Amino acid sequence: MIKSFWENLTINQKLAITAWFFLAVPIIFYVTIRFYPTFEAFYVSFMKWNLLGTQKYIGFKNFSRIFGDEDFWIVFWNTIKYAIIGVPISLLISFTVAYYLNEIRFGHQTIRALYFIPFLTTAVAMAWVWRWFYQPMPIGYFNIILSWFGIEQQPFLRSVEQGLYSIMAPAVWAGLGFQIVIFIAGLRAIPKSHFEAAEIDGAGRFQILREIILPALKPTTVFLVIISTIGFLRIFDQVYNMSADSAGGPLNSTKPLVLMIYEYAFDMYKLGRASALTVILFLLLLFVSLLQLWLARDQYEKK
Amino acid sequence: MKKNDQIIERLEHLNPSKILTWTLLFIGSIVMVTPIIFMVSTSFKTGQEVYTLSLFPKSPTFENYIFILKESKFLIWLLNSLWVASFSTASVLFFDSLVGYTLAKFKFRGREIVFVAILSTLMIPTEMLIIPWYMMSREFGWIDTYWGIAFPGLMTGFGTFLMRQFFLTLPDELIEAARIDGWSEFAIWWKIAMPLVIPALSALAIFHFLGNWTAFLWPLIIVNDPDMYTIPVGLASFNGEFQMDWEIVMTASCLATIPTLFVFIFLQKYIIKGIMLAGLKG
Repeated sequence: MIKSFWENLTINQKLAITAWFFLAVPIIFYVTIRFYPTFEAFYVSFMKWNLLGTQKYIGFKNFSRIFGDEDFWIVFWNTIKYAIIGVPISLLISFTVAYYLNEIRFGHQTIRALYFIPFLTTAVAMAWVWRWFYQPMPIGYFNIILSWFGIEQQPFLRSVEQGLYSIMAPAVWAGLGFQIVIFIAGLRAIPKSHFEAAEIDGAGRFQILREIILPALKPTTVFLVIISTIGFLRIFDQVYNMSADSAGGPLNSTKPLVLMIYEYAFDMYKLGRASALTVILFLLLLFVSLLQLWLARDQYEKK
Repeated sequence: MKKNDQIIERLEHLNPSKILTWTLLFIGSIVMVTPIIFMVSTSFKTGQEVYTLSLFPKSPTFENYIFILKESKFLIWLLNSLWVASFSTASVLFFDSLVGYTLAKFKFRGREIVFVAILSTLMIPTEMLIIPWYMMSREFGWIDTYWGIAFPGLMTGFGTFLMRQFFLTLPDELIEAARIDGWSEFAIWWKIAMPLVIPALSALAIFHFLGNWTAFLWPLIIVNDPDMYTIPVGLASFNGEFQMDWEIVMTASCLATIPTLFVFIFLQKYIIKGIMLAGLKG
């Protein structure tokens, strides 16, 4: 019965059935583990809910409370600071390294590997190493080195002014290797003929950089800007494991959005408020992604 | 003779600015690995020597390693991490490539919708889903289980997209020919298409494994029992317990980092190529 039904189908019908058969388990997965939770996150963001109690619809109250909360704005600007300062610094360093590294042959692979290695480390493990470096005398290496030059002790993680940058540093450090490798791939993809033509025209090194390399690298740069902006906006591991006093301290000066979400959800069990914060994070990331589409629009038009 | 010419040619290319560039790049690369070097060196130091900036311990000792393996649950965490990351990577390799293949090589109504739907999950940050996932895990008793740690990452939109891009480059004739020879669709995918995309598969495997190995936020939430910690969660739990014994903490950090570095040394070519591939395709 089933067999004759199968044999009566056209080839295309058979293929379509096979395709849906292959997709069956993944579709169940995506619906239950991705789409339903996404819907639920939005839904809960309009609820007052503390884990054990019942959910109560409160409209936009979670959001209005968040926007009226001074701590939220501190956290929000911290998050933006991580991205707006971290991204240009890391891209400037990684482009400079990639640009010069692409020109050398001797030991190229070894040097590239050394730059790349930090990318493979576990953020939590490296948070410990950096935290140790930041300690006051006589433990912390940074302060020991500063003392050689007669520079006074710096508080680093313990200071409201320096804490955020001290936590940003290992995040920048760990991401450089990835960006360098991508930049080198981009540099190598530029056709050699472009350079030859420029040399015949007598273009100087700086001119070649400005008029050939940088425009050709625009897609690569846009890609890296977006990837690393999203990475910095979602920073958590380093802050959770490095900040002084309490997570996000001192005095919330290093706390990013994701840490605030974590605290509302899993320390205070205010799930409605936490969900509303995740919606804000989502909108922030969505804004960045749309920016990418807009920045890369010429590229898509050309295709 | 030829070799001599080459050397002379090379020497002619050498000029002071090039040597300066090379030296600066080299110094930079050493600075990059300095934290790792000091982490390793400190793991062999005794408590007294930690406060000196020496690179080589005066009397190297394995005491710290013995201490970590005896006094903490590090070995259990290592096995937990290995098991979760391997299981998750196997699942991603199987399902992401199956879905990627289906979307690339089958023509059927609804294909575009499925593709766009899966792609759209890339826009949703994990942080948004952790609260619903946590509720789900409480409901079904997944807290403190391997399944609980692994389930959010068993299939990924990124992997599906990457694999689809690679399967698109395979010629349709290849698949048609196998069909005419009477191969089943599953066998065509598994035995013909899959071997042709091994570079992409290895890139995906490396990325996903590394991502799982270093993952912190979700395991921190889903695991309470120290016997179920993964390495990053275990390391974070040192806060307070061994906080002042930097040599002990460095030893644990070292144990967490060394496996990935070893993998890198052996697979360097594939990893770098994989990143370039993924970066350019994505």
